[in-house]
Amino acid sequence: MATPALEASAVIKRYGAVTALDAVSLQVAHGECVALVGESGSGKSTLLRVFNALTRMDAGTAHVDGRDVATVDPVTLRRAVGYVPQDGGLLPHWTVARNAALVPVLTGRRDSEALAAAALESVGLPPEQFGARWPHELSGGQRQRVAIARALAAGPRIVLLDEPFGALDAITRSDVQELFLTLRRRTGLAALLVTHDLHEAFLCADRVAVMHAGQIAQIATPAELTAAPGTPYVAALLQRARVGSGASA
Amino acid sequence: MTRPRHPMAALLVAFALLVLADGTRVGARQPAPAAPQRPVVVGSKPFGESYLLAELFAQILEARGMPVTRRFGLGGTEIAFPALRQGAIDVFPEYTGTGLLVILKAPLVADPGVVFDTVSREFASRYDLRWLAPLGFENTYAMSVRTEMATRLGLRTLSDFAKVSGEMRAGFTADFIGLPDGLPGLRAAYGLAPRTVNALAPAVKYRALADGAVDIIDAYSTDGLLSRFPLTVLTDDKHVFPPYDAAAMVRGTLARERPAAVVALSELSGRIDVTRMRAWNARLEVNGEPVTVVARDALIELGLIALNPAAATGASSSQSGSLAAYLWARRASLAAMSARHLWLAGVSLLAAMVVGISGGMALNRTRWAEPVTRGVGLLQTVPGIALLAFMLPVLGIGTAPAIAALFLYSLYPIVRNTVTGLREADRGAIEAAEALGMTAWQVLTWVRVPLAMPMIMAGVRTAAVINVGTATLAAFVGGGGLGDPIVAGLALADSRMVLSGAIPAALLAVVVDVTLAWVQRWLTPRALR
Repeated sequence: MATPALEASAVIKRYGAVTALDAVSLQVAHGECVALVGESGSGKSTLLRVFNALTRMDAGTAHVDGRDVATVDPVTLRRAVGYVPQDGGLLPHWTVARNAALVPVLTGRRDSEALAAAALESVGLPPEQFGARWPHELSGGQRQRVAIARALAAGPRIVLLDEPFGALDAITRSDVQELFLTLRRRTGLAALLVTHDLHEAFLCADRVAVMHAGQIAQIATPAELTAAPGTPYVAALLQRARVGSGASA
Repeated sequence: MTRPRHPMAALLVAFALLVLADGTRVGARQPAPAAPQRPVVVGSKPFGESYLLAELFAQILEARGMPVTRRFGLGGTEIAFPALRQGAIDVFPEYTGTGLLVILKAPLVADPGVVFDTVSREFASRYDLRWLAPLGFENTYAMSVRTEMATRLGLRTLSDFAKVSGEMRAGFTADFIGLPDGLPGLRAAYGLAPRTVNALAPAVKYRALADGAVDIIDAYSTDGLLSRFPLTVLTDDKHVFPPYDAAAMVRGTLARERPAAVVALSELSGRIDVTRMRAWNARLEVNGEPVTVVARDALIELGLIALNPAAATGASSSQSGSLAAYLWARRASLAAMSARHLWLAGVSLLAAMVVGISGGMALNRTRWAEPVTRGVGLLQTVPGIALLAFMLPVLGIGTAPAIAALFLYSLYPIVRNTVTGLREADRGAIEAAEALGMTAWQVLTWVRVPLAMPMIMAGVRTAAVINVGTATLAAFVGGGGLGDPIVAGLALADSRMVLSGAIPAALLAVVVDVTLAWVQRWLTPRALR
C-alpha cells in the first residue's frame, strides 16, 4: 500500500482539562482532498495543526509523507507543506511578489522569483500587475489568492487549509473555491481542508470527516454521508445544513 | 528578492562613532593640555551663597598661583559630600550644623564652639576630611514674617509667633519641613502649629511671603533677598537652631600634599561677617551681578588681592540688555554646552536603545517579559539626585554618572514599547510565517521587529525627548551641558541665566524629536507608514 500523504494515529491533545483531540486517527491519500467539518471547538483546526507541528501531540503518532512529525525538524517539515490560514496571514510589510516567494526563499531556491511569478499567474493575479502591490491594497479575495499562491509556489505535494474561504463574501468565496478545485485538478495535490461549511466540504473534498468533541464522528464520501449518516449528530448536522437528499438540487 | 535589510546595524555604527567621538572634546569644559600642577578642584552646592563662597575659594587659590577646576552646582549635600570623600573634589563650602545633623546625624547642640569641635574631630577620624577655621558668619534659619504684620501683632520672637500660629499659613522649603531642627524642632520647642504648611521652592518663598500668600517662611540669615522685602526676622529665643557656621571643608590628602592650598583658603577664615555676606549675596541674587565679579570685588574689599585694572572691566550689571542680546553674547559657550548636552543625551540614548531593544527581543514571549519591564519601570520613580547619589561611590562625579543615570531613565520607554510592539505584532502574519517554515530567528527579525518598528521607535522618541530634558541633571554631578546655566541661574535667582539653558534645551528637544521622526519613517516598512 502506498504511503499516505497524511496519517494520524490515535492522536491525543489536551489543553488543561479540555481534551481537544481524543485518540483521533485519519489518513489522507496522495492526491486526495479530505475536509474536516465541525463546530468551533470540535478539534478540527487542532488536528490540522498536528501535521505541521504547530500543535504538539500528547500521545499518538502523525506522519507526513511517511515522515514522523515527532522526530522530523519542524522547520523542514513546514517548508515542505503548503499552508493557507483563514485571514491569508500575508506579511503586511512585504509586497505581493515577496509574500508569494516566501517558501522558495526560505529553502534557498535561486528561481524563487520565477516560482512566485508563476504561482501568482496560476491564481489569476498577473505578477506584472500585482507583484509590486502591498497586501493592504488588495481585496479580501485577492489576498486569499496570494495566500494560496504563497502556499503552492514551492510546489508542495500536500497543502493544509484552515478555513481558507471563511471570511469571504458569498460570490468571492465561490470564485476562490472554483480556483482551488482547478488548481487541485491540475496539480494532484493532497489537501486537508478545515471548514465549518458542509456545502464547501461537499464541493471541494473527496471525503468528509465530521468532527465532534475531539473525535471523528464519521468519515465518508459526500454521497455515503448523505445516504447513511453514521450517528444522530451527523444526521442533525446534515439536516441543519440542508445538504440531505433533495437539498442539493 | 533580496535579504531583508537590517537598518538597526546602521544605528549600531552610529553609536560606535558617537562613543569614539569622545564627549570631553565636544564642548569640553577645560582646555586639553595637562597643567604641570594638578588643579585644585573646588565644588559647590546648587545655591547662591555656595557658588559665591566656592568662587572666593577658587579666586584666592588662583591669586596664590594655584590652578583651579570649578565643579559648582553639585546637587546638594548628598552629592557634594561623597564627592569630597571620593576625591572627586578637593574642597567645598559647608556649614557646621549641616555636618553635625545631616552627615553625622548627631543630636542637636547649641554652642557653636562645641559643634565645630565635634565636626572637626569626627570628620577627621571618620572620613579624613578637615574643617578649616570658620569664615566668620553664620547662615542659620531666619524665620521671617512681613514687617507690617510683626508690628501689628507685636511679634518679635518665635515664642510670640507660636501664640498666634494657629491662624497662620506657613511656606517652608521641603527639607525644613522634614529636618529635626526644622518644623519638627519648632513644633516641639515652641508648640508651633500653623493652620497650613505648604512646601515652597527657595526661589519663590520670598515672593509668596511678600504677596501675602503665606505668613511665615524659613529664610536664611544671610539671604540677599531678606533686605529686598520689608521683612522681620523672628528671634529663636529657645535656641532650637544649631549653629550653621560656614567653613571650607577640605580633603585630608590636600592638606598633606598641598599645604599651600590650605594656607590660601585659610586667609578667608574669620574675615567674612554676616553683614558683608548678606551684602554680597544681595549683589548676586538681587542685582544679578556675575558671581566672578562679586567674588573678585569681595577679595579686594578684604584686602586679599590687589585691584587689577585689567580685571575691573567685568559687566557692572548683567541685568541690562535684552534676552536676545544676552544669549547672543554667550553664543559660543551656549553652542559648546548644547553640543555637550546632546552628546550626553545621545550616548545614553543609544546605549539604552542597544540594551533596551535587544533586551526586549530577548525577553519576547518569555514569562520574564512583564516582571523585567516592570522592574525597569521602577527606575523611573527614583529621583534624579538619589540615583546620582547611589552611583557616586562607583562612578564618582562628572560624565560617567550623568550618562549612567540618563541611560537608566531612558531604558523604560524603549523596553516597554519593544516588548509591547513585538507581542502585539499581527498574529495572523506571524503564525503564517511560522507555519510556512520560518525559523524563530527569522520570525523575530523578518516579521516581528519590522512590524513592531513604529512602536519601538515611538518609545525611542519618548525616551529621547525625556532624555534631553533630564540631561540637565548632569549639572548636579559636574557633567556639564545646558543644566549648568539652569542650576546656576536658579541658585542665583537669575532668570535670564536659567533661560539661556532652558531655551536651547527646549529647542534641542524639538530638533531631536523631528530628527527621530525622520529616522522612524526610514526604519518603518513602507507599507506600514
